[in-house]
Amino acid sequence: MSFWKYTNPNKFMVISGKLLPIFSILTVLLISIGLIWGFFFTPDDFRMGSTVKIIYLHVPSALIAINTWFVMLIGSLIWLIRRHHVSVLISKSAAPIGLIMTIVALITGAIWGQPMWGTFWAWDPRLTSFLILFFFYLGYIALWQSVDNHDKVADLASLLCLVGSVFAILSRYAVNFWNQGLHQGASLSLDKEENVSNVFWFPLIVSITGFLFLFVTLLLIKTRTEIRLKQLSKVLAANKLG
Amino acid sequence: MLTLLKRDLTLAFRTGSSLILGIAFFLIILVIIPLSLEPSKKILITIAPGIFWVGVLLACLLSLDRIFQLDIEDGTLEVLSISPLPIEGTILAKTFAHWLTTCLPLILLVPIASILYGISKEGAIWIIISLLSGTPALSMIGAFAASLTLGLKRGSLLLSLLVLPLYIPTLIFGTEVIRKSMMDLPVTTPLVFLIAITASSVAILPILTGMAIKINLR
Repeated sequence: MSFWKYTNPNKFMVISGKLLPIFSILTVLLISIGLIWGFFFTPDDFRMGSTVKIIYLHVPSALIAINTWFVMLIGSLIWLIRRHHVSVLISKSAAPIGLIMTIVALITGAIWGQPMWGTFWAWDPRLTSFLILFFFYLGYIALWQSVDNHDKVADLASLLCLVGSVFAILSRYAVNFWNQGLHQGASLSLDKEENVSNVFWFPLIVSITGFLFLFVTLLLIKTRTEIRLKQLSKVLAANKLG
Repeated sequence: MLTLLKRDLTLAFRTGSSLILGIAFFLIILVIIPLSLEPSKKILITIAPGIFWVGVLLACLLSLDRIFQLDIEDGTLEVLSISPLPIEGTILAKTFAHWLTTCLPLILLVPIASILYGISKEGAIWIIISLLSGTPALSMIGAFAASLTLGLKRGSLLLSLLVLPLYIPTLIFGTEVIRKSMMDLPVTTPLVFLIAITASSVAILPILTGMAIKINLR
């Protein structure tokens, strides 16, 4: 019994097929609870008024947007080292989700920023590095789109992901160095000192968990599609030969 | 490796046009940006570091696909990849040739170009220092991205999408060196970061570029 047996595509299909309905239900439940609770049953913040409520979309999407890249990095590493097809397909499927989450985080941030900071956009380190992250996702996806040979592009994209990770982190520090921030610090942390107050905290946690399940659900659906596509292309190729 | 470097340099000089085109492109950028702004000396001096860096960066970007493209079309790269010289050596030689023919001429132009922007002598020296320590990273990162798009027919648009995000840290630290020196602030931190980026790219990226080229030749 080893962890690696789950990287067999067939096994992956069976297990993910069973998990998918559960995850989808959990996603819908948690996101609706989190958002409805957050939007309608929490008080307005005494300084920010009702604009504070966008936090239930902004923080989860931003969290997912950053961590998707780590999922891609791990998937690429496993592919480069152990050549498990599922792992690289997971990386490929994660990229568009990360891209969308980055856009959502940027847009919700802009909508919140207009009444609060008086501007949709500021060249603040956090905002700027998110925009940079957006371009990293775009480049990664574009590379996948442009090459036909699957194994070749999987290798190339994984290399790009490795180098991109280093430069993305480097950009984060460079941007920090370049301009001082306007964005507030972390809204959540394990030591309670700098947390937002409990009224906002609980729906936020529910919403974040919901977004996490949303991410996993989308990822499973997309990866299953990719595996099916790959099997289909093999069948087609075999038919052509026969 | 030296032979290869010499061959690439000779090729670049014999064909000539690309060398001059890069310089001309850099100059036209330097001229066209002030034309789009109001011609006050104060504005020009504040934006000069950025313009010099962006000019070099774009000129570098334009010439990137030439690092490997011709050699893969006529099969030279395949021969080179099975030659006794390790592929990393080939890549280093070709990248160095690219730097010598693209970035170095632009850096040599800086003293003249800085007159256009009314930059003092010290300012020009700092621009040269910052470009000298940063541009090798541009060539190296560019060579890596070029090796990813090697097999593509029209890869140049994709290449710029891949390469520009990777250039961001170098660009920021590079312009920061010049900005800090103009404000008489200590420049050590950004300069150290800039040199660190260059040194680590030159050390690590040839290996990854080699992997990418082998994948593409497979």
